[in-house]
Formats: sequence, C-alpha cells, structure tokens
Amino acid sequence: METQHVKLTVNGEPREADVEPRLLLVHLLRDVFGLTGTHIGCDTSNCGACTVHVNGESAKSCTMLALQADGTQVTTIEGMADGATLHALQQAFWDQHGLQCGFCTPGMIMQAAWLLGQNSKPSEVEIREGISGNLCRCTGYVNIVKAIQQASGQLGSGAAAPVEAPETIEAAPAS
Amino acid sequence: MIPAQFDYVRPASLDEALKVLKDREGEAKLLSGGYSLLPLMKLRLAQPGLLVDLRDVQGLDGIRETDDQVTIGARTTHRRIHEVAAEGNRYPLLADVAGGIGDPQVRNWGTIGGSVAHADPASDWPAALLALRATIVCRSSTGERAISAREFFLDTFTTAIEPTEVLTEIRIPRRVRGSAGAYTKLERRVGDFATVGVAALVRLAPDGKIGSSGIGITGVSETPFAATDAEKVLDGQKPTDELFRKAAEAAAAMSHPVGDVRGPAEYKRAMVAEMTVRALRTAIERAMSS
Repeated sequence: METQHVKLTVNGEPREADVEPRLLLVHLLRDVFGLTGTHIGCDTSNCGACTVHVNGESAKSCTMLALQADGTQVTTIEGMADGATLHALQQAFWDQHGLQCGFCTPGMIMQAAWLLGQNSKPSEVEIREGISGNLCRCTGYVNIVKAIQQASGQLGSGAAAPVEAPETIEAAPAS
Repeated sequence: MIPAQFDYVRPASLDEALKVLKDREGEAKLLSGGYSLLPLMKLRLAQPGLLVDLRDVQGLDGIRETDDQVTIGARTTHRRIHEVAAEGNRYPLLADVAGGIGDPQVRNWGTIGGSVAHADPASDWPAALLALRATIVCRSSTGERAISAREFFLDTFTTAIEPTEVLTEIRIPRRVRGSAGAYTKLERRVGDFATVGVAALVRLAPDGKIGSSGIGITGVSETPFAATDAEKVLDGQKPTDELFRKAAEAAAAMSHPVGDVRGPAEYKRAMVAEMTVRALRTAIERAMSS
C-alpha cells in the first residue's frame, strides 16, 4: 500500500512522516514520533487513555487516522509542562494523589484541560460528566475530581485537601 | 487493533467527492468524524478499499433556521448541535439526544450525518429524526434527493442512501408553539449504546388535546422505527397518564427486541413501554410550558 505524507504540529513543533493510510494517530505519536506519554488502553474508543487535543478539541487518538490530523495542531501530555514547571493540572494530580497506577493519567489530564478550557469553574457533577469518556481502572475518581477542582482554583493544594470520606455526590439530572 | 489496508483521499469539494464515489463505486466509504466507522474497521467488520475523507469539503456543516425548518449540515458535530439546541431551550428533543451521545470526545468529533448514514440499530439520532418526521437530503452527480426519515432506515446498518450519494443535510420542521419533544434513553452505563431509546414529539391543539404526535424508537429492532400504532392512540386525545400507558403498550408491541448482554427480550419490551411513558410525560410537560 502506498504511503502518504502527513505534516502537523505536535506540542508546537512541526513534524512530518510518510505513513500508511491505516496508521492511527496514536501510533503516529507513539511509534513514529516517540511520544509514548499518550497511552493505548482499550483501543476501542471507550477508555480515553489516548486522549489528545487536535486543533484544541479533545479526541481519542485511537479512533482517528494519522492522515485525519494532517495540517492540525496536536497537543499531547508531553506538551503540558513548561520545562521543569508542571502544568497546574499535573501539579494538582500530584497534590491530590489523583493517580494510582497512572495509566489513565495522561488521558485524564488532557480531557480535564479541555474541560477547563470550556468551563473554568466546573461543578463536581460537570467534572464527572466532563471526564465520563475516561476510565480509571483503579477507580480513583474521587481524587481525580479533587485534582481538577484544585486546578480550577476551587480547592486548596496539599494539606488543605480533605482526607475523610468523599462528600455526597448530587444526583445527575434525569435525562 | 489495526484496520485492513485501504486507500485514502481527501477531496476539496463535494463535486470531487461525488466523482470519486462514482469512479470507485462499491469500493469507497465516506469518512466524517470516524467514531462509528473506524471502530468497525479496526475490528475488521468493515474493510472498505477506499476512504473518502469529507473534512475539506465546504458547506456540509452548520445549522440554519428558516421560517418553517431547521437545516443541519451532515458534518455538524453532536456537540455543536447540543450547543445550538440547548440555547434558550429551543429544541429540547435535539438537545436531549445530542447531549447524551457517547462521551465528550465522541461528541467533539462525531457528526449527525455520519451517525445517520451508519444506521446502527441502537443509535440515538434515528429515533429523533423519525419522531420529528425529518427529511434526509442526499446528493449525487445527477442531482439531489430528499428522503423522508420514515423511508430511510431500511435494515441493520442499511439505509436508502445509494453508494454514489453523499448525505448532505437533514431538515426538520421548525418547532411551533405548543409543541415539544423529549428523548429518554436507558443505558447500562454512561456512554453506552441505548438498551432502549424513545423519542417523543407532541403538538398540543388549542383545546389541550394532542393535535399530532411522533414516536421514534431505537435499540429494539433490526433498525430504528416509528411507532405508528402508538401515534394513532395519541392523536386527537386528551393527554393523560392512562393514554400514555395505552400508547406505550402499542409501541412495545411494535418492537422486536433480541435478548443480549443488555437484557432479555421480555425486559427490553417492558422498557420500551416505560421509556415511552416517560418520554411522553416530559414532552407534554415541555409543550405545555412552551
């Protein structure tokens, strides 16, 4: 099968490659560009571990062809920190123990960053709805939600974090 | 999982796309958001020889309102439709559907035209389009064809679209005073396909009776269908819970559920009735306050 040329910007840097049309964006990022921070979890567009931003919109990179990202701006977890300074979400996941095994974390952070771009002060229900396409197999959602609350300035960092049982969750509105 | 090999083209115009479809008839598949097609290709349940990516074709997205209808471009994302429909609570049925498809990432990229053309028997949009008596517009190199939603969904993953046609837009009647709809979806977990989904649309007559109704149902037949027997029960009657129950039984009788991981057939049929009642209650409530 003939390869085609793909040219895009990844984390602010121009990148290009010759790829088979069937190459998925997640494989372009991981296998061709070596950006292995983006994870492959379920590989069926359920779990969200592969979430990246394409032209500012969160996308599951296991369900997008590399060629569909031609000419776009892609941001991955590697593009979040500013040198040695963690992104506010990365720092908040650290402070709030928002990761256990860490596998879902890159996708969670990318989806949370998209969510905060849409809604800078989401409620707990809005946060949970916003990350509903991202699964944490450790079921560490309570601290993930707290981390996103911290990054949005709605919760203190470190010692200020409550350690007791999670607060009651409001019922989601009936559909 | 890696899809089987295929060729890929990204035409710059609709005419160019239509020419490719004609030249490679039967081999080419259209790619819009990709959230329906690519998972099937990764599982190798679909192995098209050529993908025609519509990304660069202008004029296929956006929502336009005229005096009597709303036109939704085929490449409009679920998220965009949700934003427009939810604003000022103008189109509650569309907002219910668009806001509940998949998850936020899917809604960012998935498109109404892609979903409708794909025609998954448990997908959400067809139920709403059947209830709304929408018109689905397809273009080929020889012209344009407007197909009633009620003649569009033929069988599982099968629609009235010809291989040389592109679905370009969907037209729905504009909401009038005294009318409203609702979509009630039973799902096992957030983001799952509907076990049962019921879209109900009602228009109240000045005397408070139901002037006309539309009921579209997904998840419980070979393809989404209009519950015409339930509509006959409703039309011309005073809206009461007793009437909704009668309509719901008629809807359940028209379904052909198959037992699977989402539940046995008997359970699903009972859920068709329950979801129909709930959708009707919400629709009537909204119509009364509109």
